[in-house]
Amino acid sequence: MLDRHAYGDQLPFIRKWGCCFMSTVNLSNITKAFGSVTAVKDLDILIKEGEFFTFLGPSGCGKTTTLRMIAGFYFPTKGKVKFNDRDMTSVSPEKRNTGMVFQNYALFPHMTVFENVAFGLKVRKVNKAGIKEKVGEVLKKVRLDQYIDRQVSQLSGGQQQRVALARALVIEPDILLLDEPLSNLDAKLRDEMRAEILRLQREYGITTIYVTHDQVEALTMSDRIAVFNAGQCQQIGTPTEIYNKPVNDFVAKFIGETNLLPVTFKEHINSQSLFHAPDIEQSIFVNHTELNIADYNEDDQLYMSVRPETVRIDEAKISGNNVFTGEVSLVQFTGEAVHTFVKINDQLTIKTTDLNHGPSTYLKEGTEVNVQLPEDQIRVIPEVKG
Amino acid sequence: MLNAEKRKTILLLIPIVLVLAGYVLYPTIATLFESFKKNGIFTLDNYHDFFGSKAPANFEALWNSVYISVLSVFFSALIGIPLAYIFNRYDFPGRQFFSNIAIMPIVLPSLVGVMAFMFLYGEAGLVPNAIKDLFNLSKVPFSVGGISGILVVHAYTMYPYFYMTTSSALNNIDPSLEEAAYNLGSNKFKVFWKVTFPLLTPGLVAAALLVFMVSMASFSAPFLLAGGYRVLSLQIYFSKINGDLEMAATQSVILSAVSISFLLFMRWYQSRKDYRMASKGIGAHRSEVNNPVLKWFMVTIGIVAMIILLLPHVTLLMLSLVPEGSWTWQTYPQAFSFENFRLLFDNPNIWEPVKNSLIMTCIACIGVFFFGIITSYALVKRSFIGKNLLDILVMIPWALPATVVGMNLILAFNKPTPFSFGQVLVGTFWILPLAYFIRFIPLVVRSTTAVLEQMDDSLEEAAQNLGAKWFYTFRRVVIPIIMPGVLSGTLLAFVQAIGEFPTSVLLYTLSNRPISIEIMNQLRMFNMGQAAAYGMIQVGLISIVMFIAYRFFGVKTENTL
Repeated sequence: MLDRHAYGDQLPFIRKWGCCFMSTVNLSNITKAFGSVTAVKDLDILIKEGEFFTFLGPSGCGKTTTLRMIAGFYFPTKGKVKFNDRDMTSVSPEKRNTGMVFQNYALFPHMTVFENVAFGLKVRKVNKAGIKEKVGEVLKKVRLDQYIDRQVSQLSGGQQQRVALARALVIEPDILLLDEPLSNLDAKLRDEMRAEILRLQREYGITTIYVTHDQVEALTMSDRIAVFNAGQCQQIGTPTEIYNKPVNDFVAKFIGETNLLPVTFKEHINSQSLFHAPDIEQSIFVNHTELNIADYNEDDQLYMSVRPETVRIDEAKISGNNVFTGEVSLVQFTGEAVHTFVKINDQLTIKTTDLNHGPSTYLKEGTEVNVQLPEDQIRVIPEVKG
Repeated sequence: MLNAEKRKTILLLIPIVLVLAGYVLYPTIATLFESFKKNGIFTLDNYHDFFGSKAPANFEALWNSVYISVLSVFFSALIGIPLAYIFNRYDFPGRQFFSNIAIMPIVLPSLVGVMAFMFLYGEAGLVPNAIKDLFNLSKVPFSVGGISGILVVHAYTMYPYFYMTTSSALNNIDPSLEEAAYNLGSNKFKVFWKVTFPLLTPGLVAAALLVFMVSMASFSAPFLLAGGYRVLSLQIYFSKINGDLEMAATQSVILSAVSISFLLFMRWYQSRKDYRMASKGIGAHRSEVNNPVLKWFMVTIGIVAMIILLLPHVTLLMLSLVPEGSWTWQTYPQAFSFENFRLLFDNPNIWEPVKNSLIMTCIACIGVFFFGIITSYALVKRSFIGKNLLDILVMIPWALPATVVGMNLILAFNKPTPFSFGQVLVGTFWILPLAYFIRFIPLVVRSTTAVLEQMDDSLEEAAQNLGAKWFYTFRRVVIPIIMPGVLSGTLLAFVQAIGEFPTSVLLYTLSNRPISIEIMNQLRMFNMGQAAAYGMIQVGLISIVMFIAYRFFGVKTENTL
């Protein structure tokens, strides 16, 4: 843990697996402009040692651009990139000792699995025996040791993916960079690889930055997530923070399902706040806690967000606040869960989700039901700026 | 670092720009200048003379060139398109074999091909005379020569352009498109005209323009067959031989103007229409012919086509076995022996042209190999100001007729220049390898560029990310991946350089005369056997190189066109 290396050529190979190639990544005030288009704006992120950190956002939000600035393929127009205390802002990619897995894997098509994985070691002038040992070791880790002499074109998508991972890990990088690595795999394989990547990351304890547009991936794998939109980082937090305490309507909408309706603040009553929802011409009670009400300014447009799984739905009368009556407009069966859409009026349909408890619990379309938005489950958030 | 990238780009560009400026741009400009000069004064007189009444032959030659080119396009299409359709869409015995034969004309260098045709179908040709004797006619039933000769040779040598583009377009059409049309209720006829044919048009137009340009530039066929018929490419040669360099320059400029405007039209057309297939995973789509009559009809077409296509090669082989002086007035050759081939290896005087051709071709090929790699790389993977200009500069030698390239070099290097290190290049050994090099740059650049464009940028980035420096990445990742493209371009350059005639005839000297020039000399001395033996050497060299390329590097001849 004593020495920190920015220069790959000088990397000593005495270090053992899974102990000590780690780095913090510090992005301060990063801006990247391509001509007149600003891809990333005023970004500040500190990624801790050994952390699994995810950049999450829709396509074109700047997450890949940011990753490429960390890898060194782009240089920030403004701001600094630091690994630990070392300023890497303008260091060329080959001297950064990062291991990157590309979206299309970027395996060298003219090389075998062994040669692909050995590439980075050859560049570092490791001797033949050392290369052989290390490649064998890492291929065993990704469970591909029997494919060592295959041409990469003969491998399946999942296997290619693991070769790419092995190739990035074998050089003992300070930081592992993963650019939407699972987007080319089918759903089943994706689940499997998700677990595999996580297992390897934990085993090596390596600082990992993961780019994805898939919120499920982000929530299940990450220690922390940064949510991007339009070149700006909206929120950084653990998966539960991001899901339960979104800071604005973009984050609430992008992560998970939610019912969103515009509201305006009316008054405080004891430990609760009262909001007016013009769509239903009614008042909504919300607990006045940090969990239920996000920071906002006076002039912000406000929304209330309530997750479908927290909405109570019943054919019988429900007592308490925030109860509305509506008609079931659609029942969606997904297997483990049942989505029931309740139409309150022409402007508003509320989505509710329940776990599957058998056919007797399904509501019929057209049934009149009551829904309650629990005051401790609602979150009031401002509209995203810019 | 940003500057380091830029520095690399600039370092890469320096040799490219120097070569292109010195050997492509400067000679072109030299010709343009010369065309505006008369007795050392700047004037439009030459153009006046060209279009005016003073030398009506010039204007006539321009028209003849255009006329022949249009007809060449027509006949090439007439042969190439149906042949491609039959060989790619129907399955019948021997299909694969016939379709391999279909591209045989490209192993026949132009001059040799023309020679074979003269002996086959000319006034004293074997085929007309055989028919005459067979049916006891009083004179030959037909013979080709003059304009009909040129057209026959053009159709034979240029139909592969149509054949190849049609074949590849047909194979790229997703069969489900046609199936969709059938499913929507169209009959066969309608499907062909409403779906298949429209999808073929971009390729066909490209092939048509290509054939037009090639036949505008065609030199060998008119040279041997035209007689009194004038075409522009030949006029340039005559003007040069007569020492009228200014008129030769003017004629060159006009011929180039026609060629380049067609090239520009082609580019514009290709950028306008893009029928790239939206779907992936295209399966072969051939209907098996079950009707026995139709089946044997197709096999017959295949066999007839094969005979016609191979007859020139066979004739050449036969002629090469006729010893000198043994075939004079007789209709058919009388004796056969390996005398001509023996002489080739025994007589150093006869061997010399073969040696010259090999040396000069190899020099040019090594040149285009390296130059092609770095130029394509710069054009595809680097960004810099003036890229389009460089792109155009690279393609100029391709658009310019061979005769014009020759004239450009004469006018540029018949005096000392910095690009020739203060030497006069004309009349030396180096002018010919240089000419081959320039002419075949575009072949390598085009085929390399095609492969490079397929190569994802992330491969280079991955190598860099793993710690490899630029040059290591270039050597270990980029070059191995693009090698097939580079080799197929270089292969084509070799094939063309070995048989090169139009620029050679303008630039050769006695000591560096290549095979083609010696063939011309032997023909002038009516020494058919030796000429044909030289031709066989060319064909043999080309076949060997193609075979090696296919066998060891997996480069397919078809892909090179």
